[in-house]
Amino acid sequence: MNHTRQRHLLPLLNHATLILFALVLAGFGLLSPKFLTAANLSHLLVQASSTAVIGVGVTFVLLTAGVDLSIGSIMFVAAAVAGKLALGGAPLAVTLPAILGVGMVFGALNALLVTRLGILAFIATLGSLYVGRGFGLWLTQTRAMNLPDSFLTLGTVRLVGVPLPLVISGGVVAVAHIVLTRTPFGRQIYAVGNHLAAARKAGLNTRRLLATVYIFSGLCAAIGGILSLAQLGAVSPTFGTNREFTAIAAAVLGGTSLFGGRGGVFPGTVLGAVLIQSVENGLVILNADPYLYPLVTAGIIFLAVLIDSTRSRLMAHWGQRKIFV
Amino acid sequence: MSPLLQFESVGKAFLGVDVLKAVSFGVAPGRIVGLVGENGAGKSTLMNLLGGNLRPDTGSMQFQGAPYAPRDSRDARRAGIGFVHQELNLFTNLDLAENLFLSDFPTRGGLIRRRELHRRASALLQRVGLGLPTTTVVSRLSTGERQLLEVARALSFDARLLILDEPTTSLSVPERERLFALVRQLRAEGRSLIYISHTLGDVLDLADELVVLRDGAVVGQGPACQFSSDRLVALMVGRELKQLFPQRQRPRLPNSAECLAAPAGLPLLEVRGLGQPGVVQDISFTLHRGEVLGVSGLMGAGRTELARILFGLDPHAAGTMTLAGPPLTGPPRERIRRGLALLTESRRDDGLCLEASVADNLALVTVGRHARSPLGLLRFAGLRAALGKVRAAVRLQPRLTDEQAVQTLSGGNQQKVVLAKWLLAEPQVLLLDEPTRGIDVGAKFEIYQLIHQLADRGAGVVVISSELEELTGLCDRILVMNRGRITGEFSRDNFDSARILQAALPT
Repeated sequence: MNHTRQRHLLPLLNHATLILFALVLAGFGLLSPKFLTAANLSHLLVQASSTAVIGVGVTFVLLTAGVDLSIGSIMFVAAAVAGKLALGGAPLAVTLPAILGVGMVFGALNALLVTRLGILAFIATLGSLYVGRGFGLWLTQTRAMNLPDSFLTLGTVRLVGVPLPLVISGGVVAVAHIVLTRTPFGRQIYAVGNHLAAARKAGLNTRRLLATVYIFSGLCAAIGGILSLAQLGAVSPTFGTNREFTAIAAAVLGGTSLFGGRGGVFPGTVLGAVLIQSVENGLVILNADPYLYPLVTAGIIFLAVLIDSTRSRLMAHWGQRKIFV
Repeated sequence: MSPLLQFESVGKAFLGVDVLKAVSFGVAPGRIVGLVGENGAGKSTLMNLLGGNLRPDTGSMQFQGAPYAPRDSRDARRAGIGFVHQELNLFTNLDLAENLFLSDFPTRGGLIRRRELHRRASALLQRVGLGLPTTTVVSRLSTGERQLLEVARALSFDARLLILDEPTTSLSVPERERLFALVRQLRAEGRSLIYISHTLGDVLDLADELVVLRDGAVVGQGPACQFSSDRLVALMVGRELKQLFPQRQRPRLPNSAECLAAPAGLPLLEVRGLGQPGVVQDISFTLHRGEVLGVSGLMGAGRTELARILFGLDPHAAGTMTLAGPPLTGPPRERIRRGLALLTESRRDDGLCLEASVADNLALVTVGRHARSPLGLLRFAGLRAALGKVRAAVRLQPRLTDEQAVQTLSGGNQQKVVLAKWLLAEPQVLLLDEPTRGIDVGAKFEIYQLIHQLADRGAGVVVISSELEELTGLCDRILVMNRGRITGEFSRDNFDSARILQAALPT
């Protein structure tokens, strides 16, 4: 049997995303001297911060075997509300909490649909996707809004030398990681995703747990919306479109299972988000045709998922416990 | 002494059908109450009332002298009632410690105190005799180990009343003994237990008092010493069962292979030197036409693993298998075509599509044979006729519709569906892994009859079972496995439970 060779393969497969990431960095580094500069890498991380944050939010939902398709729309509504308030002269101290509130309200709507009305997460959040997009379009009257410079400084200001978006996304990731790995709530999320009925029988308040992850995802979407907005400086009618899929892709690249109960935000989702952003960033530096970006990103995602499923299959194969030695 | 728990004429109906009729009985402090009854007698409903999953229509419950009306499982737990459910409710993605303390982790400042968690967990695991690191992920555990973990979980809080629902179905003899010692120790601590099991010997052995349910009503109640196994069975089924095992109609096979009469005694499945490192080693046996071959052994002896290798689910490194001559190779699909069938040890996990209908489950293996028109469309008339025939053959309850979801069926009827699914494929060799686990006496008897009928028609049947009595009652020959090897072979006139058990025990 060639099990020994296969066992050497397992660490490689386990870190597929990390290896892909290294290959992407090395590849773009070779193709363009500009790619691996400190300035570009820092820029890349700032660009990835929005994806990382919404990815963290959706990771919580995915861990419960749910899904949140309304993230992009929530980002849009959050940005539209921010634009309206900022242009109306409201100070940041009012605008920011209002945006976070909007995110949580939409998250609560999803939570209500899923936990109280028992609608499948896929359908419930698909509905919210349209509700959010429609509400945002009505709010903006489909006109693009340019935000005052005070908002743009959010994207450029530095805290002890670290760009603010990185501080925010880093904070979200750190809190989320600790919650998932070190708190009862976090472990219970994994339990719910593994076996909902058993979780209920174990005395967990599964409704509240599920509600919390959707509200958290909404909150993350709003934060991600602000981070995007601070970089773009304007709210267009397509703001945030399809971003839920970037978020899910980041989570899946990071090893989170769509069937619930497996995965995590760090390094998982963070790595996924940075990987996706690296590809885009590298392609921009190479002056590649912008229409190719999605194709390349898709290729990377397929590759990662293929590796992951190969890994699961091999694990199942090797996982047959020896019952005696 | 006032009872800890009292049911007072509790009644419950589903869709107009009474499943519990004025059930009254009490559980005194520090006593073990054995609860027995066929599947569908109302035991599960009663426990669901206790666990807060259902509410009684009439009557009431009292716990520790106060009215008890739980709204959910948290209420039950808070009141001090712990459950070990028959179906395992574990989280395979979490480790042992997390499974034990999922709903009350020790925390400081909102964070889990890991050291404290693992300390408490290993203390609990020690009590049930599960010697694994507390960081082991549950997906790596065997069924028996999971069952012990469930018991440990019920002990994770200070339960006054513990309900054990079929806690021993997957346990080896030493594990079972250990559990019984624990049960008695819990009683000595002044806790009360309700012990539910189809293994009547265990119930008689453990319980102080017995309650027998039939069709939702208490038909027998009293101190355990007033009951015998025969009387319990009679009460449960409402008739005196002459014997637990059906009489084989055809004379049994002679013992030595040389004088077997053709064609009934021809070799059917021949296994030579089968081995897989760490799983089975040097397995050789011959299954003849018309033979019922038992495989005995402790948990983890490699019996299930052997069946999986024979069925092509798991690889093997050495040895050969032949079926009626030609080698038996290829994936399960190929082997099913050659006439092999495998009834797995857990019908809920891999024997049934629980949410699918009875008809869909029955047709699962053979539905392709009914697609004959050019477009591959199903011919429903033929399919229905086949299903109807096989339903009658396994005596599936007629009131169950084809459209009903399989998960709503009792264990016995579920197992009949699994068996019927394979009968449709007209198998030559049936591998039956624990075919009567968790099903009631009546259904057991019918499944035994079916096994005999199959053998009489010339099929070979391999029965893996942890119940020695079942094997000696049912089989023509018994193989004993121990640590992946065959360590004993007994023909029917040499059946001796003590010697069979001896061969199964570690030396």
